[in-house]
Amino acid sequence: MSTTTVAEPHAGHEEHHDLGFVRTYLFSTDHKMIARQFLFVSLFFLLVGGILAGMVRWQLGFPGQPMPFGNLLPDTMAPGGIILPEFYNSLVTMHATFMVFFALMPMLAGVFGNLLIPLQIGADDMAFPKLNMLSFWITPVAGAIMLASFFVEGGAAGAGWTSYAPLSTSGEWTGVYMGQILWLVSLIIVGFSSITGAVNYVSTVINMRAPGMTWFRIPLATWSLFITAWLLLLAVPILTGGLILLLFDQTIGTAFFRTAGSGEPLLWQHIFWFFGHPEVYILILPAMGMVSEVIACRSRKPIFGYHAMVLALAAIAFLGWIVWGHHMFQSGMNPMLGMTFMATTMVIAVPSAIKTFNWLGTLWKGDIHFDTPLLHGVSFVSLFIIGGLSGIFMAVAPVDIYFHDTYFIVAHLHYVLVGGSLFGLFCGITFWYPKMFGRMMHEGLGKIHWVLSFIFYNLTFFPMHNLGVQGMMRRIYDPNQYEFLQALQPMNTFISINMFIFASVQAIFVFNFLWSLKKGKEAGNNPWKSNTLEWTVPSPPPHGNFPQMPIVYRGPYEYSHPDAEEDYWPQDMPPVSDTGGQSVGAPTPETVPPESVLGD
Amino acid sequence: MSHAAIATMDRSPMPGMKVYNNKLGMWVFLLSEVMFFTSLIGSYVILRFAHPEHWTDPGVVLNVPLTALNTFFLICSSVTMVKAFAAIEAGNQKALQMWLLATIIIGASFVGIQVVEYIALGGEGFLPALDAYHAVGRGNPHGGPALGGPLYGATFYAMTGFHGAHVSLGVIALIFVYIKSLRGGYTKENHQGVEVIGLYWHFVDLVWIILFTIVYLI
Repeated sequence: MSTTTVAEPHAGHEEHHDLGFVRTYLFSTDHKMIARQFLFVSLFFLLVGGILAGMVRWQLGFPGQPMPFGNLLPDTMAPGGIILPEFYNSLVTMHATFMVFFALMPMLAGVFGNLLIPLQIGADDMAFPKLNMLSFWITPVAGAIMLASFFVEGGAAGAGWTSYAPLSTSGEWTGVYMGQILWLVSLIIVGFSSITGAVNYVSTVINMRAPGMTWFRIPLATWSLFITAWLLLLAVPILTGGLILLLFDQTIGTAFFRTAGSGEPLLWQHIFWFFGHPEVYILILPAMGMVSEVIACRSRKPIFGYHAMVLALAAIAFLGWIVWGHHMFQSGMNPMLGMTFMATTMVIAVPSAIKTFNWLGTLWKGDIHFDTPLLHGVSFVSLFIIGGLSGIFMAVAPVDIYFHDTYFIVAHLHYVLVGGSLFGLFCGITFWYPKMFGRMMHEGLGKIHWVLSFIFYNLTFFPMHNLGVQGMMRRIYDPNQYEFLQALQPMNTFISINMFIFASVQAIFVFNFLWSLKKGKEAGNNPWKSNTLEWTVPSPPPHGNFPQMPIVYRGPYEYSHPDAEEDYWPQDMPPVSDTGGQSVGAPTPETVPPESVLGD
Repeated sequence: MSHAAIATMDRSPMPGMKVYNNKLGMWVFLLSEVMFFTSLIGSYVILRFAHPEHWTDPGVVLNVPLTALNTFFLICSSVTMVKAFAAIEAGNQKALQMWLLATIIIGASFVGIQVVEYIALGGEGFLPALDAYHAVGRGNPHGGPALGGPLYGATFYAMTGFHGAHVSLGVIALIFVYIKSLRGGYTKENHQGVEVIGLYWHFVDLVWIILFTIVYLI
């Protein structure tokens, strides 16, 4: 193929064509529209998960007291507004399930995988647009099944989001029969969404890059999403297999995990965590990638150690496969094996520390612009450090034996998943909102939302470390049933009040989000003066993204270069020597670089 | 540039691999399938090591000769699939149709024989459910007591059942490919569908060789 062919207009979306409402907004194959669909659906499920968390915190903060608006719930859940123990089990289970599978995963991989991958690598769309549409539409269907399980007899699944066997194999202990089956079916279905999405992301990144977009010119956000896609691709089918076997135990009476038929309950834990630990990195790596973009851009400095950042992502993803046993130190697993898992787990601190120091190195002496995305990004780094450090406590088997299944782990996982993933998502949403919707979010409201979220987030989750150290169990309905936990009630009430404030503060974000859709300042192509390809096209980008195939000449983080006219060099700007010292806009076919630039 | 010209423009890969998207996508998807079967096979290995008393010697409960014949069929269908691909590579549409039809027939026979096998085993009480399981060995001329345990039946049906479902889906997909081939939808230059379904078919065949070995022969 000659190089000139490549530079010709591609995608065939030049002419205007009106697809009509249904194909534009409902059954769209455009990756940007699918990203927006994922965003609204996952924000809805984030709200659902938040409401469930609020009910959990009500019970813990004010045990046995009628909940405000609680009388709206049926008597099988909360008679007179007082949460029943069985319903509480469903609440903790479904809170985690919605947050992990229907809020964070679709937001990280679904929204930003779809939005960023094609735009950042210079492609007109995903490799398989129809498969992409399918992967979106599976999600609300599965979510609806999950929601419906609240209203079947016996209520929603109550065996924890880990659904440990044998508790989950039969309703005789939890009282949940149909709810558990619907939980399994819903997760099997949503797994197909992850797998089809992952096939798309992997194929797109491998095959659809614009000329010149070599592996080490790919922006870190896309790198992280690419590596996440591999984790999804390889981890989710393991869970699907396990879920199907558990479904057989529930429905047709097999005994894979049931003790009654000499099945192996421990096998379920191995399957679940063999998926579950890569899942942890599925939930954090995309946030890391997005934060890397924002920190480099808003400090106006090249990312510190780009190659090290990529390799650290890959190392974390690889190590994530050989550490699952650290969730099972107390399961009766061979302690010798536990030591192995402990060692591999501690090794993950190395690539994590590389990333953290590189973020700090990027900020160091940078021209830092303290706007909302950066504030959320820096919060991500600091809260991830706290979550990472408490993770080391859990990684050490002798310490974990004490902390296991206490509020210490609840604090740890919320520092990683809320402090990490959710603040990373706020960072990503506020940064790419202009690209998605063409308008800026309100900066003042954004800062108020950030500072209040940061304060009340910490007031909510930091004291949970103390609860855990003092022995309060995870998932407990009423800790006051134990005398030694009664003294913790004031702290539980304190946490609950702060959680309610933290949740209410999110209304500012929602308001800002909706208000800015119509009233926000026009964003223009490149409001953040960023280098990556998505900022070279209009906001929101037209169907087909690029008016002509972009050609990539440089890496993504060339900020504050002394030779640059402004302080940044977009990836598609040809080398200065080629254009006689002038920086030019989009390259023309005549400026196609020599073959050497195009190499893989 | 006209719309038609753009649509057929080679959008493939400058820095990417020298493989078209559909083929790459199928390879990536098959990796995911490998992990799915790994979860089933891994569970089988763990359960069997933990509870060897649930299993019998090879051939006592399961009908090895019949399944060996079936395995032979499935391997033959991979050969016919290769023949179909070779035919269209050479631009021979008639041969493509013939070999595709052969693949469909053999693949469907495989599923059919598996169903016959299931019915026979189920009739003997070799069932996945804990309460219903009471297999009687065919290796024992006098019938004899129940052999093995419910984990044997459960893992057997889970693994071979999901494999059978994959073969069935493959047959359905092959029927679509066959219909398209009857309409002359594949040419010497453009026959991605044949190659991609071929990849899937060989994968399913490969999985079966592993399953046959560990389920029937060991």
